[in-house]
Amino acid sequence: MSKIKINKIRCKGCSLCVVCCPKKNLKLEDKLNEAGIFTAVVVDENNCTGCGFCFIMCPDTCIEIEG
Amino acid sequence: MTKNYKRTESLYDVATHYCAGCGHGILHRIVAEAIDELGVREKTIAIAPVGCAVIAYDYWRLDCAEAAHGRALAVATAIKRVQPDKVVFTYQGDGDLAAIGTAETIHAANRGENLTVIFVNNAVYGMTGGQMAPTTLLSQKTATTPLGRDAKLAGYPLKISEMLALLDGVYSVERTSVSNPKEVFNTKRAIKQAFENQIQNKGFSMVEVLSMCPTYWDKTPVDAAKWIEDHMSQYFKLGKLK
Repeated sequence: MSKIKINKIRCKGCSLCVVCCPKKNLKLEDKLNEAGIFTAVVVDENNCTGCGFCFIMCPDTCIEIEG
Repeated sequence: MTKNYKRTESLYDVATHYCAGCGHGILHRIVAEAIDELGVREKTIAIAPVGCAVIAYDYWRLDCAEAAHGRALAVATAIKRVQPDKVVFTYQGDGDLAAIGTAETIHAANRGENLTVIFVNNAVYGMTGGQMAPTTLLSQKTATTPLGRDAKLAGYPLKISEMLALLDGVYSVERTSVSNPKEVFNTKRAIKQAFENQIQNKGFSMVEVLSMCPTYWDKTPVDAAKWIEDHMSQYFKLGKLK
């Protein structure tokens, strides 16, 4: 399973990654971050296939995926 | 096959000043990745435009020059002629390349300068407050066309890629978008190809990229991406023009 890491400080909450995830494995968090933004969060870490769509669509390159 | 997705070396690890969901961030990454994959970072010179991407040199670990509004291709011509072994590219928006810089663009293309042009078309002037640009679609609402662009008053959206494709000096023109993962892959292929054309001395290559401006389109980033697919790419047809 791939390990996905989202930088919560950089994320601007545009949700482009949320709509492009084929597994619907991303959502916007219920709580605000330090900058007052609902950032993206992984729903189930074991469900990520590592397709990289979220990385490709992220305008702020704040998503990293390993293996 | 597994692949690690990480920030590429040519892209500084800093926060960008762009609005949430802006296509510039995606494009900056694509350009940086294309340069790194071709291994030409040490001999690449970027020309930053005037517009939202005016401080692109703060985000790319590349040698960059800044040009006056619209004059990026004139500056690029000079740099390429003095240092022909360097890979020179301009990164311009629609207000820069298609409005104030139309003359520089057309003449650089007509001379067949061996340059790569990345033309970011988001159909408004983003930096100055969302005014109508030459590429604004008909009936699109902007700060200066509150009732929608009227063809009788403001003419028609300028298809600059189609115009340049007619010129003999131009080697390749392609139009892509960054509205979904498939198109982003396609954009990366096109941009990489445009750099390869320059490295192989083939001549003037331009990639027009339809990009989102959620702030001045008054849409959410997701709706803005959908608007590109539903409306913008209907007028500005995607594909290889030359």
